[in-house]
Amino acid sequence: MSPKALKGINRPNNLSCFTTVFRSEAGCSERTRCISSGLWALWSLVTVRADHLPSSPCTPSTALLSPRLDELRPLYMDFQATTPMDPRVLDAMLPYQVNYYGNPHSRTHAYGWESETAMEKARKQVADLIGADPRETVFTSGATESQQYCVARFYKAKKTHIITTQTEHKCVLDSCRILEAEGFEVTYLPVKNNGLIDLKQLQETIRPDTSLVSIMTVNNEIGVKQPIKEIGHLCRSKNVFFHTDAAQAVGKIPINVNDWKVDLMSISGHKISGPKGVGALYVRRRPRVRIEPLQNGGGQERGLRSGTVPTPLVVGLGAACEIAQQELEYDHKCVTVLANRLVQKIVSEIPDVVKNGDPDQRYPGKIRLSNCLFFLKWESLLMALKDVALSSGSACTSASLEPSYVLRAIGADEDLAHSSIRFGIGRFTTEEDVDYTVEKCIQQVKRLREMSPLWEMVQEGIDLKSIKWTQH
Amino acid sequence: MQREKNYTEINMASCSRAQVISLYRMLMKESNKFTSYNYRTYTLRRVKDGFRENLHVDNPKTLDNLINQDRENLAVIKRQVSIGHLYSAQRNVVEKEPHL
Repeated sequence: MSPKALKGINRPNNLSCFTTVFRSEAGCSERTRCISSGLWALWSLVTVRADHLPSSPCTPSTALLSPRLDELRPLYMDFQATTPMDPRVLDAMLPYQVNYYGNPHSRTHAYGWESETAMEKARKQVADLIGADPRETVFTSGATESQQYCVARFYKAKKTHIITTQTEHKCVLDSCRILEAEGFEVTYLPVKNNGLIDLKQLQETIRPDTSLVSIMTVNNEIGVKQPIKEIGHLCRSKNVFFHTDAAQAVGKIPINVNDWKVDLMSISGHKISGPKGVGALYVRRRPRVRIEPLQNGGGQERGLRSGTVPTPLVVGLGAACEIAQQELEYDHKCVTVLANRLVQKIVSEIPDVVKNGDPDQRYPGKIRLSNCLFFLKWESLLMALKDVALSSGSACTSASLEPSYVLRAIGADEDLAHSSIRFGIGRFTTEEDVDYTVEKCIQQVKRLREMSPLWEMVQEGIDLKSIKWTQH
Repeated sequence: MQREKNYTEINMASCSRAQVISLYRMLMKESNKFTSYNYRTYTLRRVKDGFRENLHVDNPKTLDNLINQDRENLAVIKRQVSIGHLYSAQRNVVEKEPHL
């Protein structure tokens, strides 16, 4: 690495972190830190810090991240992690950040009344999107907080069994783990190879002492859509509460909580082009679901979640829900076309690419391809594709080197699990974005495969699973 | 009387058509000013597809509603374009030339 390239790197031990990535003797936790430092180091090598910026109205305030104006930003293809905020949503939020700053719970003056009106309007917008009553919606700080209310201690004395799946989001799995420590019994249902759960197996697993079934609507990693309507009817017939994590599904597929017989639902703001830091929880009133409040105080939000409701954020969430409802069909059409284009182009150029998850029961915008790079891990491809913002798993597990647990659950082989990339397509993706991504992806995969000795062996017809690797 | 009525109707119809076309042109012109690649491409595409979808709307009430909605959208776009200029970032890799 030349001194010129090292100039401007202001993070200590950058070079050592980079070389440690390729050292095989490093321990696991050290490698985790080094991989993320390595990716950061590569990014910082590309963008040299300039001390003299041309005058511009606003530059990022962090001193470490002040790239020059002629540097190019990578293409965003990670819509499952988060989405850019729609300009209409920002426009709806700004008045409540500038002039209409009242506390919505103040009853004695106009500032409070106007904020409360805005909050109730937002509540109606959220409820309309899911087919619920506004009185059944509670604003929270996000889907993770909503899930803490749901995956909890229902009727602890009598019913101590909870059913969930192996492909749930980490917050649900973590809550279940904590409940197990408190004495609850949790069954983690396995999924079939296509990512869907077996309804017969679910029916057999439900016991008289089951209190809750928690299954996510659309999986964030493989994009598979579970048969929520059938599950809801099954749970209602057995008198079991049904919670679904609809963070990735709200605004993308039509949802009706009454048709689906859902009792509890978690909604996230930043997955539907809304602001970060806000979400909603749907709690059914008829038949009543009694949940315990986690945050006590002044009794706001029907006593379930005390604390001042952040008016600008909930107004943004409401606007995002209304826009999602209006644009649902149009967005779905555009995303389907782009997703098919991406998959067809990649599959036609690169042999041995596997698409994970059921081909029919899915949301088209979330694609996961196992590139079958034969022990060439996803880190290599992601580092090679530095112009495109992609990921290999959910954002909360992105720091770990381990392959995604969702892929393990659907029965993917070790080599497929280790070489898998996740593409996210959303409202703002264009054809040019998809074409650029595909072109770069094909170019880099071909280049990396040429360098790989294992690929040569596969070309010669050797079965890699039959090789006995010697230990050093 | 009949001729006056016809004249007013024709006037209203052509006024509406001219209104719609000028509104479309203004929306496209303002949308082009977005500095953010995502917002610019999305708004241009959405406006074009939206107008194409509603090409054959006959009902004057629906037409009025759509025109009023578009006027509000135009105001939103103008405000967001100014905000975008205040907080601009670098170009995207896919953009061919510096935009404005």
